[in-house]
Formats: sequence, structure tokens, C-alpha cells
Amino acid sequence: MAVAFDEMNGLGEDLRPAYQELSRWLKETPPDALEYRRQEAELLFRRIGITFAVYGDAEAQERLIPFDVIPRIMSATEWTLLEKGLKQRVLALNMFLKDIYHGRDILRANVIPEDLIFQNPVFRPEMNGQDVPHDIYVHIAGIDIIRTDPDNFIVLEDNARTPSGVSYMLENREIMMRLFPDLFARHRVAPVERYPDELLSALRSVAPHSASAEPTVALMTPGVYNSAYYEHSFLADKLGIELVEGRDLIVKNDEVFMRTTEGLKRVDVIYRRVDDDFLDPLTFRPDSALGVPGLMSAYAAGNITLANAVGTGIADDKAIYSYMPDIVKFYLSEEPILKNVQTWRCREAQDLSYVLDNLADLVVKEVHGSGGYGMLIGPAATKATIEAFRDKLKREPEGFIAQPTLALSTCPTCTDKGLAPRHVDLRPFVLTGSSHTTIVPGGLTRVALKEGSLVVNSSQGGGTKDTWILSE
Amino acid sequence: MLSRTAENLFWLARYVERAEYLARTIDATLRVTALPAAYVGKTNEWDSALLTAGVGASFYDHYEEANERNVIEYLSFSSENPSSIKNCIEAARLNSRSVRTALTSEMWDTINSAWIELQAVWNKGPANREELAKFLRFVQETSLRFDGSAYRTMLRNDAYWFSRLGVHLERADNTARILDVKYHMLLPEEEHVGGPLDYYQWTSILRSVSATTAYHWVYRETLKPWLIADLLILNDTLPRSLASCYSNLVRNLDQIGVAYGRQGASQRHARGIRNRLEHSNMDDIFQHGVHEFIQEFIADNSRLGEIITKQYLI
Repeated sequence: MAVAFDEMNGLGEDLRPAYQELSRWLKETPPDALEYRRQEAELLFRRIGITFAVYGDAEAQERLIPFDVIPRIMSATEWTLLEKGLKQRVLALNMFLKDIYHGRDILRANVIPEDLIFQNPVFRPEMNGQDVPHDIYVHIAGIDIIRTDPDNFIVLEDNARTPSGVSYMLENREIMMRLFPDLFARHRVAPVERYPDELLSALRSVAPHSASAEPTVALMTPGVYNSAYYEHSFLADKLGIELVEGRDLIVKNDEVFMRTTEGLKRVDVIYRRVDDDFLDPLTFRPDSALGVPGLMSAYAAGNITLANAVGTGIADDKAIYSYMPDIVKFYLSEEPILKNVQTWRCREAQDLSYVLDNLADLVVKEVHGSGGYGMLIGPAATKATIEAFRDKLKREPEGFIAQPTLALSTCPTCTDKGLAPRHVDLRPFVLTGSSHTTIVPGGLTRVALKEGSLVVNSSQGGGTKDTWILSE
Repeated sequence: MLSRTAENLFWLARYVERAEYLARTIDATLRVTALPAAYVGKTNEWDSALLTAGVGASFYDHYEEANERNVIEYLSFSSENPSSIKNCIEAARLNSRSVRTALTSEMWDTINSAWIELQAVWNKGPANREELAKFLRFVQETSLRFDGSAYRTMLRNDAYWFSRLGVHLERADNTARILDVKYHMLLPEEEHVGGPLDYYQWTSILRSVSATTAYHWVYRETLKPWLIADLLILNDTLPRSLASCYSNLVRNLDQIGVAYGRQGASQRHARGIRNRLEHSNMDDIFQHGVHEFIQEFIADNSRLGEIITKQYLI
């Protein structure tokens, strides 16, 4: 694989302008000072209790996501372009969802094959013809962005269901400001702290018509055992809203109430961090104890807004992903600003045969997988793994897509052997309310800590970095 | 506030209070058993430690003999005992996580640090007496820090009041249980022969509710059983007395009632118990029977817990 584009040093040793001050600072700072700060950061994280759970790992029910103290920096120019691209993409996602659950123009225009929608388990027939306030389905989107060169931002994945990670964007910044005040003084970093305010006002702006002038918003979590529970409680706290579980809610006459010490109180907007399947045992999985019986009927009656809406999975599905450039063009008649990764759809015979012939060079992903599980990274896999995957592919080609192994950009990162380049991606968070779309300048930079590794997922040994957007 | 949040705060406070009480009980028992038999008699102090902890029955499901090693293990580190110190701290942390948003960062830090220390340092239990003493101190200090940070940092609203209800309800139960197990030691002088034996037992009772010094300040007398009973039951100035717990319970419930603009069954029930304590004196209680009095109190107190739960927590 060719040398990857480095966020700091470009393709060679040409220090990029946004990193000049950091580079100077690194030269002045003794390496053990960095190590000392790193340990301090870990202690802080552990005390605050910012942990995540790894399912099926009894030893480490609560783990820290490793935090790397070297920030990832972007210039204002880079950010402006990215921001424009993200807004365009999320607008298209929302228009697509409205269309899929209403008129279906895009299917009639044969842009997307029908069976990809109707046979897709994340398509929710319950949403057919149902209106949602201001036609917004995806209020909170987390778009995973990668780069392979200085000129292009590429979308690796759209997360339109319950994207997580924003607490790290906020906490990483807090900790960096505590540990490196001098480094901040030497930069003009755009602040991220208004994210909770933006989120709350977006949520309030989509309250149903039947809500009072001061709508009540609550954050719904599956509970303390959920891997992202820390983030749920963190956000509820920052937003100043109740953190509810299914058992705290009750539906009466198609209205949703929470049980409080003073009796029942109506809820108007639920920022739910519970998957569709578990929202309402009467509509979805009957065995789920996490949900609220009758919630979907209150939703249908228009008395509660769910953010994100039910059924958004159809927009971020990996099978739909490869059509995103067409989706953007179809609804907006614009060229997509953000590129897609070239994707082979294994359901199509021609693509499949190409994929089977080139397995050793490709990344193959399950259409419905997430978290970096169940994927094949050809160049890193053994022959036996590749052969096993080949069988899986042949058995069920429609379950997979394939992409080239991309040389994700790298960023200097603390390692045992001093600073070294490690691959990174970026998840900015896009908020959509009734009147506008906002992106707090920054996001979650994930870094693959293992040398050469391209997997940045926290469940697979990835870490995080603070993301700095410099002001003009 | 959410009922579940109130419930978690209530139980969080109870678990912390219980952990401290268990640590005190172990500490007091160790001191008594360290004395020569001539001073303390032949009763099995470890058995009565189990009884005061309310786990007399379940213990024998797991052990043959109530000796120092077994009882300390069961009360402090056993996973089998749902209210062992270890399980109390773990439950407290779980409750804290569920109500992170209702806790101040100081309170969370106390519980989270204690939990981390429990895993990191006390994972295998203390290796010897010295370590055990350190562990017991750690538990008591955790409780003090928790109480202190609640007192100093929480807003005075329903979250605070529900957490205080947990503290006082649990505390009243603990004090009453000690009295119940040791009530025969507290009968008036003429019914019981005093001597060095009882003296150390009495000290042990006072120690388990951290009231040795308090006794001397209040009564300026040598230890007398009926005065000890008076102190622990009726003296409103001793924070662990039943009377003091009920002054606090009544006050906290009233504060909730005022804030919500509504009184209910729990306010009435708590006031009833407080009035009974206020209008009693030790003579009446002895006439009535100390044992019966305490038994009734324990039942009334746990009834209050049920009423609070029904009125606010579910």
C-alpha cells in the first residue's frame, strides 16, 4: 500500500499550515511530558467514569476508550468545504426518507431497485404515509468521513439511526483544555461547547402540534448496561432533561407520560437512543422489555416526536450507501460535494465476480453489520479467512458490499516508540431542526492505535483524539 | 423528578449507610472478641453480629460455623450475601450510574472512587487484621465522604430529600437491630447482674453506633444500661438514635410535601412514629417490654419504607 496522506505532513515532509504551531510546540515539549499528560488524561477519564462496555467481554465490562493527546487539526477552509458537503448530504437523507415513506418518486424513477427497500429489514412499513414534524427524520446524524488526499472528503458511512460518540467530542475538548492550556493559547480553536444547546433547540423545534409552548424533551436510554450509557447520562445532564428508560414511560390515550414523584407528566419529544426494534413491544419485538407499549400508536397519533424518526435505518443501510451520490443528485439536482467510497454491490453479478477475483485486495462488509464486526480486510487476512469468506459471499451475495482498501489519512499519535502516524477518520455531528441545520465545528476523530491498522472502531482497539477546527 | 430517579437516590443512600453500619459492627465485634473470655462471657459474638446485620439465617446456607473468618467474609466480601459491604458498594455504584444526572460530581466521585478501590485494592479481601482495619476504615470514610458531599453540594430539593430519607430510614433500622439483638443487655439493673462482662458489651453497642463519647457527654455517668437504651432510643440529640432519625424523616417528608403541595400517607405514618417516640419514656418502654417495643418499631419503620415507595417511588 502506498504511503498514506498525513494530516500533519502531507505526502512527504511538507508541514501543512494548520499544524505549524503544533509542530513547534512538539519540538519544545519533552517526550516524557507528553507521556505524563497522557497518564493524567487517563486518570481523569477513569474518575469521570467515561467508559464504554464491550458486549460479551466479561473481563472488561467497563473500558476506557484510549485517548490520544495529539489533536487532529483542520483549517477553516477545509472545514467550510466539509460543512457544506455534510449539510447537502443530510438534506438529501431527509428528503429520501420522506419520499420512501410517502410518494416514492425515487423508486418510480428507477434510481434504486425496489427490493432493496421493501425486502430490507430496516424498512419500516409502519411509517408508510406517516407525517413527521417539519418532514425531518434524521435530527442527529453522524457522518463518518475519511480522507486519502488533501482535496477530497469521502463518506465512509452515514449514521442516521442513533449515532454515538458526541460525548467524546465534548469531553476530549474539556480534558485537552485542562491539560494543555498553553497549547490552546497558541491556537484559535473553534469551541464545541454549544453542542448541547444546539441539540436541545433542534429537539424542541420539532415538538408535535399538540405540545405546549414549552415542550418537554426526554432522552431515552436502554439502561445502564448499554455500551453508550455514559453518553446518554452525560447528554441528559448537559441538556438538562430527564434520562428515561422504557419503564419510566407510559402511554395513555395516545399521549406519552413519564412517571414522576409528582405523578404523570407529559413528554413531547423523545431523543431516543434505543433502536427501532426495541421501542414498542406491541409493534416491534414483543420480547423487548426496554420499550414502551403503545409508543408507536402515540407516534402515529402525532402526539410525540421521536428523534431520530422510526425507520431511518433505510437511509444509512450499507446497501443503500452506494446509491447516495444518485440520491443527492435526484433530490437536489446538485453534484455531491462529498465523495463516496467506490463500492461493489455483491448482489449484482458483475460486481460479485470482480469481488471474488480480488478478495485479497478488498474490504468486504456485511450490509447490515456495524462496529467493525463481520468484515473482511483482504490485505490483512490469512488465506484461510479469505476462503471462508468466499464461501459466505457465494452463499449470500446480497448480504455484502465490497470496497477498495483505502489508505486512510494518518495523524501523528503517541505510541510506545514516540510519535508515529496512525490512521484516522472523523465523525462530525449534524443537527437538523425546524429552521436550520447546524454542525458544531469539530467531531469525533477516531484513531487506529495499532501500527498499520485501518479499524478505528472503539470495540476493536481504536482510540480517540480531540478535533480542532482553526478559526480564520 | 422521575420516580425511578427518586428510588435510586433513596436506595443509593441506604446502601452506603448499610455498608458503614456493617463496617462498624465488624469493628465493634472484633474489639469485644479480642478481650479475654472473663470479660465478655461465652456468648458467640460473631453470631450476634450476624443477627444485627439481619443475615442470621442466610449465613448458614453457606457456612457451618459462625467464627471470625467466616462472618467477616460473609459480611464484607461475600458475593452470596446480597447485603455484604462489597455488594452494597457495588449496588451503590450501579444506582449512582443510573442517576448520574441527579448526583453532584463530588458524590459521584466518592462512590466511583470507592468502587474502583474496591476492585483494585480489595479484590481479594484483606490479608490480615491490619489490612482488615484499613478496609473497615475505608468503608467508613467512604460513607462520611458521601454524606459530606451530599450535605455540602446538593441542591436542597426533592433529590436531596429522597436521599436523606434513605439515610435515616436505614439508620433507624440499623440502630433498632442492634437494640433488638442486645436488648437483654439493656434491661434495668435489678433484672441483671452488672460486671466487667456487661461493661464491655455495652461499650460495644455504643461503638457500633459511634456513640461512646456522646454517652459521656450526655449523661456524665458511668455506663448504665437503661441510659444507653435512653440514648439510642429517645435522645433526639444523638444522630443515630431512633428519635433523631424520625425527626429527620418527618422533616424531609414535610419538605417534600410542601414542595409538591400535597401531604400523604407517608407523612402521616412518619409523624405517628415520631409522636410515639416523643411521648415515651424509658419506664414505659421497660413496662411494655423493650423487646416488643423494638420489634414494633422495626415493623413500623419498614412499613414506612413501603409507604414511601408506593407514594413516590413507583
